[in-house]
Formats: sequence, structure tokens, C-alpha cells
Amino acid sequence: MNAVLSRRGLMALGGGLVVGFALRAEEPARPGSLKETPSLDAWIRVAPDGRVTVFTGKVELGQGIKTALLQVAAEQLDVPVAQIDLVTADTMRTPNEGFTAGSHSMQDSGTAIMNATAQVRGLLVAAAAAEFGVAVETLTTADSTVRAADGRSVGYGTLAAKLNLHVDAEPASTLKDPATYRLMGTPMPRVDIPAKLTGGPAYVQDMRLPGMLHARAIRQPSVGAKLLDFDAGPIEAMPGVVKVVREGSYLAVVAGKEWQAIKAMRALEAAAKWEETASLPDQATVLDLLRGLPARDIPVLTWKGEAGAPVKRLKARYTRPYMMHGAIGPSCAVAQLADGTMTVWTHTQGVYPLRSALAGLLRLPVEQVHCIHVEGSGCYGHNAADDVAGDAVLIARAVPGRPVRVQWMREQEHTNEPYGAAMIAEVEGAVDAAGNIVDWDYGVWSNTHNRRPYVGGLMLQNAALPEPLPVPPPAPIPMPEGGGERNSNPIYAFPNAKVVSHFIPEMPVRVSALRSLGAYLNVFAIESFMDELAEGAGADPVEFRLRHLKDERAKAVVSLAAEKFGWVAGKRGEGRGFAFARYKNLGAYCAIALALRVEHETGHIRLGRVVAAVDSGQVVNPDGIRNQIEGAIVQAASWTLYETVRFDRKRVLSRDWSGYPILRFAAAPESIAVHIVPRPGQPFLGTGEAGQGPMAAAIANAVRDAAGVRLRDVPLSAPKVKAAIGV
Amino acid sequence: MIRLTVNGQQHEVDAEPDTPLLYVLRDDLGLNGAKFGCGLGQCGSCTVIVDGQPVLSCLMPVSVLSGRQVRTIEGLGGNAVQHAFAEEQAAQCGYCIAGMVMRATALLEQNPHPSEHDIREHLSLNLCRCGTHMRILAAVRRAAGQGGKS
Amino acid sequence: MVVTKLGMEAGMKLSRGRVVAAVAAVLIVGGWAVWHPSIAPVEGRAAFPPEQIARGAELAAVGDCGVCHTTDGSRPYASGRGVPTPFGVVYATNITSDPDTGIGKWSEAAFRRAMRDGIDREGRHLYPVLPYPHFTRATDQDIAAMYAFLMTRAPVHADAPPNQLPFPLNQRVVLAGWNLLYLSPGPWRADPAHDADWNRGAYLVEAIGHCGACHTPRNVLGAEKGGQALSGGEAENWYAPPLQAASPAREAWTVDSLATYLHTGFDAHHGAAAGPMTAVTDELAKVPAADVRAMAVYLASMMPNPAPVSVVVHDGANPVFAGACGGCHGVDAPMTRSGAPSLALSTAVNAPTPRGVIQVILRGLPWREGQAAPYMPSFASALTDGQVADLAAYLRSTYSDKPAWSDLPAEVAKIRGAS
Ligand code: FES
Ligand code: FES
Repeated sequence: MNAVLSRRGLMALGGGLVVGFALRAEEPARPGSLKETPSLDAWIRVAPDGRVTVFTGKVELGQGIKTALLQVAAEQLDVPVAQIDLVTADTMRTPNEGFTAGSHSMQDSGTAIMNATAQVRGLLVAAAAAEFGVAVETLTTADSTVRAADGRSVGYGTLAAKLNLHVDAEPASTLKDPATYRLMGTPMPRVDIPAKLTGGPAYVQDMRLPGMLHARAIRQPSVGAKLLDFDAGPIEAMPGVVKVVREGSYLAVVAGKEWQAIKAMRALEAAAKWEETASLPDQATVLDLLRGLPARDIPVLTWKGEAGAPVKRLKARYTRPYMMHGAIGPSCAVAQLADGTMTVWTHTQGVYPLRSALAGLLRLPVEQVHCIHVEGSGCYGHNAADDVAGDAVLIARAVPGRPVRVQWMREQEHTNEPYGAAMIAEVEGAVDAAGNIVDWDYGVWSNTHNRRPYVGGLMLQNAALPEPLPVPPPAPIPMPEGGGERNSNPIYAFPNAKVVSHFIPEMPVRVSALRSLGAYLNVFAIESFMDELAEGAGADPVEFRLRHLKDERAKAVVSLAAEKFGWVAGKRGEGRGFAFARYKNLGAYCAIALALRVEHETGHIRLGRVVAAVDSGQVVNPDGIRNQIEGAIVQAASWTLYETVRFDRKRVLSRDWSGYPILRFAAAPESIAVHIVPRPGQPFLGTGEAGQGPMAAAIANAVRDAAGVRLRDVPLSAPKVKAAIGV
Repeated sequence: MIRLTVNGQQHEVDAEPDTPLLYVLRDDLGLNGAKFGCGLGQCGSCTVIVDGQPVLSCLMPVSVLSGRQVRTIEGLGGNAVQHAFAEEQAAQCGYCIAGMVMRATALLEQNPHPSEHDIREHLSLNLCRCGTHMRILAAVRRAAGQGGKS
Repeated sequence: MVVTKLGMEAGMKLSRGRVVAAVAAVLIVGGWAVWHPSIAPVEGRAAFPPEQIARGAELAAVGDCGVCHTTDGSRPYASGRGVPTPFGVVYATNITSDPDTGIGKWSEAAFRRAMRDGIDREGRHLYPVLPYPHFTRATDQDIAAMYAFLMTRAPVHADAPPNQLPFPLNQRVVLAGWNLLYLSPGPWRADPAHDADWNRGAYLVEAIGHCGACHTPRNVLGAEKGGQALSGGEAENWYAPPLQAASPAREAWTVDSLATYLHTGFDAHHGAAAGPMTAVTDELAKVPAADVRAMAVYLASMMPNPAPVSVVVHDGANPVFAGACGGCHGVDAPMTRSGAPSLALSTAVNAPTPRGVIQVILRGLPWREGQAAPYMPSFASALTDGQVADLAAYLRSTYSDKPAWSDLPAEVAKIRGAS
């Protein structure tokens, strides 16, 4: 990546997002998000009493980012964690760090905060040195205090009062020696967990503002449905109902109490008449439909080199259906229009882009919209968090002055969230007589993976409103991050390879970012195919991978997972599977070895032991990394074993958990162990999505080993497995 | 006026009799623990304990509660299950966790020495989307005095 | 079928002791007469053509072998399931190919004798919980296919627990008398008045599927009552509705709706399979559509053709219904929008007994792993017996024009106690 192009700049191209950052080509790049927001006081302030406030534009999604950022700041500043207040994304207070997505939080914000706090500590020490008239090197810091060798000391608060932190960060910082870290690299209990365990207010769903009303939207039953005339009078007369909001085909109801709002919503749903069109594709043939739609071909890589003569050539196609984010808590937002400003409390992943989108929807200047992040239920990508904020502002505008809380119903979340895209990967490869891959030809077909709103036209409500805003066309996310092509570039060293991404602009079903984006299918395909080729070459899958890896850190992770699992080369038929990837080939390395059983009569897959090895660069909170990888493994198991969004030509049929079953405790793996490769002093590598792809492929590879069948179409549902293994 | 006893305290709330307990707990009594997850009895994030049994508060009209004891996570006062969840750091987003704690508490009150199978079957009514399952299981085992980590 | 529930209205009224005495008296008489030889064990595993094994798998699914003979998916057909009967608990045996604890040593002839006559390889009587009075009509070819299927299942070494039956019922010899009275051997006879599909369906329903085991009432000795085939019975305290003229269904069962229901466990005009029937429809999902359809053709031909009743729902706005049920079953609730029928069409709500309604309220419909299928939580802990009874009464009065059920609180208590 060009060093002066920020990631957000790239996302901007990708999503069509126009972000007004000056690109300072003349200056050396600053680390992490300091590139876009260089001023130190945008990240850190020290009050005269010594209390420290740290600002991040990233948000807590249950990934433990607050805790990790506090650890980083406390470590570099030498301030007790309890002395630090952390402010997360707020369009009036924090830096604009775009979206909290793509496992970027530690790379962007963690790096910025680490460097900013280190520089502030340097400034504080320098100020103390001047005051004491001693050399900087003779001073030490601890507990928010600078100490001189002669016993004199001065608190950070006193020093900071005389300092100007409204200065741009230097490109380089003097970081502590990783060998001296006390907090970074050590498990620290998450700061957000106590409230969640005791019923403290923890989520936007828990907000209760004075005078707050409860609202529900009535969703269009299918895409493009038109609301026909009906009598809302009886519903307006229902107990507690404050207002029925109707604008074009947009319909919502506000009431004093939540249950009243729900009852009124049901009554409106019963009364409203819609004109619907059959706008969805035929589910049975949707993958073929996608494969045939016009696509823009984007070359990802071409390698040409000397290689042995191919003796075995294989070809395969791997596919995945539309899948759901499926947050356990339906999306929620609170909004209030007061003094000309619309304030929105939201669990969006990007307060700044959402502000622009909401301002567009409301036809307000952005300065009159204020978005404050409050945690929600885990989202796993672009779910309905932004759209429900659209409901909140439209409804709040209709009842000026009053705060309005809107939560989606379960069936609204299931049927209206943007899904993870259905995808197709086709791969052809050849091995030579020595068992080396000599040729690799890979193509992936996908819609966009980024329809995150940054203009009003991308909000769900837009199409229902009387005068819809223009909708920007879907766009690919360019490599090295990639959307559909994320992780389509193999990490293995092949002499000849060609990878092409076929970007399909037309979206038969609304889709957007789902955790790991295209990496889930690409890693599933590559790592399944690696096993197929290994089998073709008569090689052990782990040894075969190592043979094709040049990256030493990759090899270390693969070897560690194999060792901790107790992988015995050449031992087959016991239901063992292995897979590996480096997320985006930029982020964390993750290898998974697992054991499973296939129930012969039913085709059910029973997960046994799962062992993962991960290299996340410098570790901040090892327990946080483990938690993320464990979560990715279980969630990816659910995707891979069960999940498909079902629909007919008009409506989504997966309306609730009975229509979209996910993994329950009874089917969780017997155990998961996560082993971390320590890499002190190395850059942070995003970890949150690193496990999804490897888990999917490890399952498929183990099914092949257990039952002798190769499944290439996710989900590996019991009926499909049973059909493959036969009677 | 509906009368009900929550965490040992008597309350009178001005709610329609069909109102599910969930909304009364959250909106009238200001308690956050029970969460709206589905309103259909499918996910367990609204789980509370009534007369010692785990119930889904989203499908429990307040009118059926007279004379019955409702307990929510706010009333557990830091029990062994809560401690075990903290020890195991058994949460990601945590939205499902209060329901998990309540269901696990009910299990251990009735069956202090559950088998792994008992725990998994019992908890299978509650969904977690973050994939925190292994930690939740470890926490329940720990609370049952069987050691934590799997 | 989960159960051959040997309990009849008549049987219920007799005390258990008297039933046992009566059974003993009747059966011992005939019991001594017959002695059955052991059939020589076979060694080693035979090879079977794959098509025969595949057909056997389908027939085993129609016959629900796995429902009783599997308790743990990792050990299919290794048995262990206790089937409650009014006389005691009978455990399903291991029918894997394990030579010691399963049927690995059984020849095809031995297997055929068990299916036809209820006699095991060693010559001992089997309890008619195994529906051999139905299987006795199965063709040699089909029995051979099921044999091929079972003999190719992985052997599992597992003994079934001993049956819990009182003396003298624990003396298998009494079954000889039972068989004299109630087993009428002989092949299935096609009815020339009907077409091939109907006859195929009739054979699958009667000879293999043994629907009558639950849907036909039983006499005091646990035998299906002659002349009352499929007129409604019971299984594990669930109401098994009549599958003929007496069906209480509000909308006519058509071939299409029956085929859909049997194959998927759900039909938009009748609702979801519940209780023991769920396992049956899960098995039928594995059966070729043509076979299921043939079964539907046969069953539909016996069903009444009621004039469509226009269901007027007198919604009394019952708060318990609104708060507990309305989220799914209320007017325009999400579930009804995805095709679930009004409760007015529910067979359970229109049935002569409240048992189905009470069972579903108390137990719900279990979740099925990874399967998009109807699911309903249990209300057993949420509602007291009185509240369940009130709710059942409300459902009856609101969604049905049939007379009110009597004795609801007692029925609720009984069903809750039987869990
Ligand atoms: S919210 Fe009650 S079960 Fe989901
Ligand atoms: S921790 Fe997020 S749903 Fe369970």
C-alpha cells in the first residue's frame, strides 16, 4: 500500500466514500490513525488533577477493544488504568477513524494511541527535566508521576497544565522496550464485563432518557413494496400511541411504552396493505444466476516462473450461500431532535459516515447531526445498526424535543439486515512429480461486501420515502484489503499463479460486510483445495502446506498448531482436518487443527477438539485474542454447518431462529485451545476475523478424512453430508 | 395496577395485564438484565427465574405472576455463577450473558453437580451469536466446583 | 413411532393389578402350546447389492426403526430406548450387526421370522411393542431389503437394559397366547378396487409404517382394536387423531397437504407435527417423495371431506394469550405471516380431548439441530396448571366451535405429572 494513502482513502475509493482528509504527501507517514488525525490532543488529554482522557474513533463491539486500548495507553504513559477515561467514537469529541471493521482497531487506533501516549510521556518528561534542570535520561516515570534521581517528583497534572498538546505528533516515537512491558502482553479483565454481568446499563438498548418515547417501524414486507392507502385512525386511538408516522411507504409508530408501541406496530402490520413485486431471485439457482451476471474482472495477481511438469491437475468449485449476521440483540438506536440538532445514540461501526448518511436522509447539514456510539449487541459486520438509526431520526423528527428509542423486532432484523454475499470460487491447480504445486488458477465471483452507508441513499429507509435520494452504485474494495477477493491471493509460494476477482455490480439480494468478507469463502476454497492437491500428491496436509510456505511466521503458526494438536503426519481416517490463513495476508496468522465425527446415519457433524495457533504481532491482551479466536471458531462452525438465508421470489423466509437455525450449546466443540505465538515489539495484527476462514476449511478437510467425502458447498448441512456419504 | 414481586421487593406497576414481564422489568422497573432478543421464546436472552424455574420473560404476561417470586440478575448479588463468568471472562458482546447466568443459576440450584451433558442440554435453549460457548461452559463448570477451562 | 402405547380407555379404568391378572389368565392358557426352534447363527458379514441396502434404508425410515432403536446418534440402532406401556417398560434392543449384542448372527430367515411372527433368532417371543402384527404383512423382498440395510450398519456392542415388567408378563411365553388372539399372519392383499398408488400407499401405511400403532385404539391387552383401524389412539399421552372419517381437521386433508405434512412435518393448512409425530415426519423426510405421496393417497381416501368451515375467531383479547402466545399466533404475528395457519385450523384445538393442546403448551416443539423447522418453547415453568387450563379453555372457545372440554385442570395436572 502506498504509504501516504490512508486506509480510509482506500475505503473511500472502494465504497465511493469521499472523505475530506488532506493527504500530506510531503510529510513522512505517521503511525496508525495519526496519519489522518495528527494532533496529540485529539487522542489524549491530561487534566490538572492528573486524570487522563484517551480518545478513540473506534468502538467496542464486544471484541474487547476498550480494554486493549486502555492497556496500551496505561503502559506507554505509566498511568494506572483506573486513572484513564476512554472516550469512544463520538462525532463531537473523537477522531474520525472511519469504521471499526476489518480487524483494524489495534492496527489503526491502537497504534495511534500507543504512539501518541508515548510522545505525550516524552513531552511530560521533557517538561520535568526543564523544571528540575536535569537531563531527560535521569528521570523515571510511574503512577502518573515523573521522578528525579534525587527524589524530587512532579505529577503529570502539574506538568500538563503548562504543556501544549495541541501539536502534531512526530512521525516517530520512542516506545518503551517491549521487554519492560507490565500491562501490554498480560491478560487484563475486560472493563466492560462487570456491568454486563450485573445488569448495569451496558448497551444502547438499555438507555432511558427523561421523557423518552418508544417507537417501532413497520417494515416493507418485501423489497420495493408500496404502501397503499389504509385507515390508521383506530391505531392512533390505541392506548399510549403518540403518533403514527407515515412518509410515502415509510411507516412507524410512537408510543409512551414499549409494549404499547409493539401492539400498535402489530395492528398497523395487520391494517396496512402493500403492493409487492417478486423482486428476489430463485433461491435454488441463485449461485448460477450470480455466476452468469455481468462482472467486472479485476486481476489480483499473476505469477510466472519456472516449474516442474504437471503430473496431476485438479479443478473444483466452492460456494457459499447468503448468510446472516444474526445479532442476538436486534438493532436499536435512540434519537432526539433538540435545538436544531439531531443527536443519535447508536451502535454503528462508523459514527462519522453514519452522520453523513443521516444528514442526507434528513436533508440537514452534517453539523446538525451528532452521532454518539453506545455499545450494542455484537454485530459481526454491517448489520442493521445503521438502519435502525435511520428509523430513530425519522421518527424523532416527527416528535421534536422527545428522545425516541427504536428497536427492531426479531423478524425485522432477520429479514431486513444486509446479508453476507453468496459467492463462487473456481480453482484449478496442478502438482508436479515431486508433489509441488506448479500451477494455480483461481477466480472468485462476488457482489460487493461494502454497502455501509455514508450517504442517505444507502439507508434502508431511502427507498420507502417519497423522494428517494440517488443510490451510489456498488463498488469493489480494492486489494490489498479486498472485498469478495479478500484473501483470494494465496499466501503460498507457487511458481505460476493467476487470480482474478469477478466483481458483480448487480445485487439480486441486498448484501454488505459480514465478518471476514470474502475471506471466508476464499480461505475455505484455497485451504480445501490445498488438501485436495495434497491428497493428489500423496502428501500429508500439514507437511504439504509447510512445503509451499516461505513466510517464516506462517510456518511457525502452522507448526505450532500441528504440534499442540498432536498431528501425526500420514495418519488418516480419524476425522482430522487442518487449515491455515493469514487474514488478508496482512493481519493475524491463524492455523486450526481439529477432530470431528460424522454421524453416518444422519450426516450430522460432531465437533471434537479444536486447536488453534495465532500470531497477532505484539500482544496486548492475550485473553482478548483467545476470546476472539474462540468466538470466530464457534461462529464459523455455525455458518459452516448450518446457515443459509432462505427466501421465495418475494420475501425472506428466514424470519426467526426457527427459520435460520444457528449453533446451540449441544453442538459446540468438545474443547477449543488457542495458542499464541509471542511477537514482542512487532506491529499489532488485527485478529478479530482471522479464524473464520480456517475453521470452515478445517471442518471440510476433516469431513473428507472422517467420511471420505469432499464437500465444497457451504453449509455442510446434515442432509448434504448424508447425501454425499450415501446409505 | 399490577402487583409483582421482583428480587424480593413488592412493586405496583401501571401496565396492561398482557404486558410481558420483560417490558415491565426493563421499562417500568428500570432493570437492564433481561434483554429483548426475539420476543418469540427462541433465544433465552430474556431469561429470569420465577419460583426457582428459568422462564422466558418475553412470553410471560405480568398477569400470571401474582403471588410468584421473580428473580433477575440484578438480584443475584454476585453469586457463584456471576463470579465464575467474570473469572472465565465469559463474554464477548455480552448481550446473551445475563440470560445465560440466570439459566445456569437455575440449573445449579436444582442440580448442583450437573454433568457436561446436563449443562449443554440445559443451556441449549439460550443462543449466543458471538461464539462465547466454550467460556460459558467453563464458567458453569467452575461455578459447579468442577474447575474452569475446558 | 415412538410408542406403541398399550393403554386404552378400557385399560385405563382397570387397576394395573387387575390388568395383569386378566392378561395372565388369558395368555397363560394358550401359552404353553408353542415352541419355536432357534435358527442357526450365521458367521461373517454377507455382501448386499447397494440398491437393496438403499431401498432398505427407505423402508427402515417408513418403518421408523431408528425412532425406537436409536437413543444416541453416535450409536445408531444400538437401542436402549425404554418404551412405556401400561404394563411396564419394554426396551428396544440392539439391531446393529454386532454379533453378540445385536443381530449380527441373524440369518435373513431369522430376521424374517422376527418381523413376521415376533420370534427372535433363539426362539424367544418378542413383545408386540415391536409392531410385528404390522410387519407380518411386509413382502419378503422388503424384509430382505431392511435386513440388508441393518446388517450393513456399523456394529455397536451394547446390551439393552432389562425390561421392567411384572410377573407373569415378564414370561415371554405368555405372548404365544397373545399372538394366537391378535396376530393374524399373512401377506398384504392389494385391493383391486383401487389403483396402484393407493395400494402402494396402503401397504406402506399398514405393513411398514404401522400408523395404527398410535392412531388405532387398543384393547385391554394392548392389541389394536379390530374394526377400528386408524380411528384415533394415543401415544405417550399425546392425542393421535383419527386418520379416517372421524378426523377433526377443520380443513380437508388432501393428498397434497398430507404429502407435504408427512414429508416436511408442516403444512400451511394444518400446522406442525408435534410430540411423537415429529420423529415420524423426520424419518419420512428421508423417504422418496413418491412413496410418501402414495401414503398420502391412501390416507386421504379415508379422510372426511368437510365443507370448508369459515372460522370466525371470537378474539376475547385474553391477556395471557396476548402476552404469551400473541407474538407468534396473534393476528398478523410474524409466524402467521410466514405461512403458519390460524389456531382455528389446528387439529389439537378441535380435537375431542384437550391433550394435544395441553401437551404443546407444556412441552412446546423442540428445536431441531440445524433444521429450519417449527419451534415453540415450553410453558411448563411459566404457567401454573390453572393458567394452562384457562388458556386451553380460551383457545377452545375462541378458535373452535366444538363444545368446551371438561375437567381441564385435572388433565393438565395429569399430563404435567406424566413428564
Ligand atoms: S427474548 Fe425471550 S426468548 Fe428471545
Ligand atoms: S456474548 Fe455476544 S451474543 Fe453471547
